Amino acid sequence: MSEEEALQSRDWTVQPPYLCPEYKSTVVRSPRKPLVPLPATLSEMTGPVFGHDAVREIDSDLTRNGAVNGAPLGQRIVVSGRVLDEMGRPVANTLVEVWQANAAGRYVHKVDNHDAPLDPNFFGAGRFFTGVDGSFKFYSIRPGEYPWANHDRAFRPAHIHFSLTGPSFVNRLITQMYFPGDPLLPLDPIFMGVPNAAARERLVSRYSVETTEADFALGYIFDIVLRGSSATPMVG
Amino acid sequence: MTQSAGQTVGPYFAYCLTPGSYGREGFAGNVLAGPETRGERMVLTGRLLDGEGNPMDDALIEVWQANAAGRYRHPADARESVALDPAFTGFGRCMTDPEGRFTFETVKPGRVPGQGNRLQAPHISIIIHSRGMQSHAFGRVYFSDEGEANDEDSVLALVEPARRPTLIARREDAPGGVVYHFDIHIQGPEETVFFDA
Repeated sequence: MSEEEALQSRDWTVQPPYLCPEYKSTVVRSPRKPLVPLPATLSEMTGPVFGHDAVREIDSDLTRNGAVNGAPLGQRIVVSGRVLDEMGRPVANTLVEVWQANAAGRYVHKVDNHDAPLDPNFFGAGRFFTGVDGSFKFYSIRPGEYPWANHDRAFRPAHIHFSLTGPSFVNRLITQMYFPGDPLLPLDPIFMGVPNAAARERLVSRYSVETTEADFALGYIFDIVLRGSSATPMVG
Repeated sequence: MTQSAGQTVGPYFAYCLTPGSYGREGFAGNVLAGPETRGERMVLTGRLLDGEGNPMDDALIEVWQANAAGRYRHPADARESVALDPAFTGFGRCMTDPEGRFTFETVKPGRVPGQGNRLQAPHISIIIHSRGMQSHAFGRVYFSDEGEANDEDSVLALVEPARRPTLIARREDAPGGVVYHFDIHIQGPEETVFFDA
């Protein structure tokens, strides 16, 4: 495989453009000049590699990793899925970091001043590595919707933020997972900034009876497709 | 398969991605070079500015670079003739401060091969994620004291000459050590060059 074949560039029929006027803060934060195509060199085909000792089992259980004196409030969920490349092959051993609001729609973050309660037993951040088959699973609480200042009566749909480092630096992806049937989705300029319906659908998890854990947690499935190939390129 | 679309990192990522101020350890901070790391110590610092010249004070900057000898710590860089440095990973993260400033303490990267196996000029890859950015911006930082190497760099050659200076960090030999200054203009007449990578 040549370096060029190993790297697919960003698909701008899928990726949201920098300027999405309905999402108001993009107006002054969007690059406007054309992007310069970059051939894949070693700099692009490499990226951070982490030791698995950097995560603990509890890091993938948000119902326990912030607990102080009890369990967090809200609906317990178990989110599972696979990270794949565009060829449909698993992306193994890649770092996934997740963060979210609590059940009331409030983030632990210091600048979140939304008038909703913090939950002393919920921190809202987790991290884990994908398995050899690209799979992952974590436990959490269904996040609440929360207001934001973008437009009149704007509320973000419930979502969980995902950060993936991927096999190389150009595979980097930060995205959000949404919940099926959320009436706020078509009103949300961040979600609707994704330019085609099939690509938007990929960001919506699906409810799964199979992964629902009896008497414990609702199951949601969320698969993520990183651009390019995860195969190690021939270089030099 | 259709690639997953990006969505903004939003304003509330710090307690997950740069959680030092929350008493938690993150995967990477803004200090890449420890006491054992080999190479010329340098600080990379600058401000991230929006289209109106205002600081972007809630952005995440990530860097990726080769070690001082010019080797990446990654399986795709299997050149055993160039030594790895056990005290250097090459990855860093920094959240911008109220002035939009980011700072990385690192070592100057060595040259790595590029297209046609010709050496590239020393550079650091950089990614900007922010509230108000649905997709990240991908950039490169070159160094002002590498004029000759910059002149023959195959990636810089892809950039129109008038815009190349936006990719070159200005070296200052400060009393405390070497500082490279690199302001990033997301938009406007001085807009920094970003790559479709």
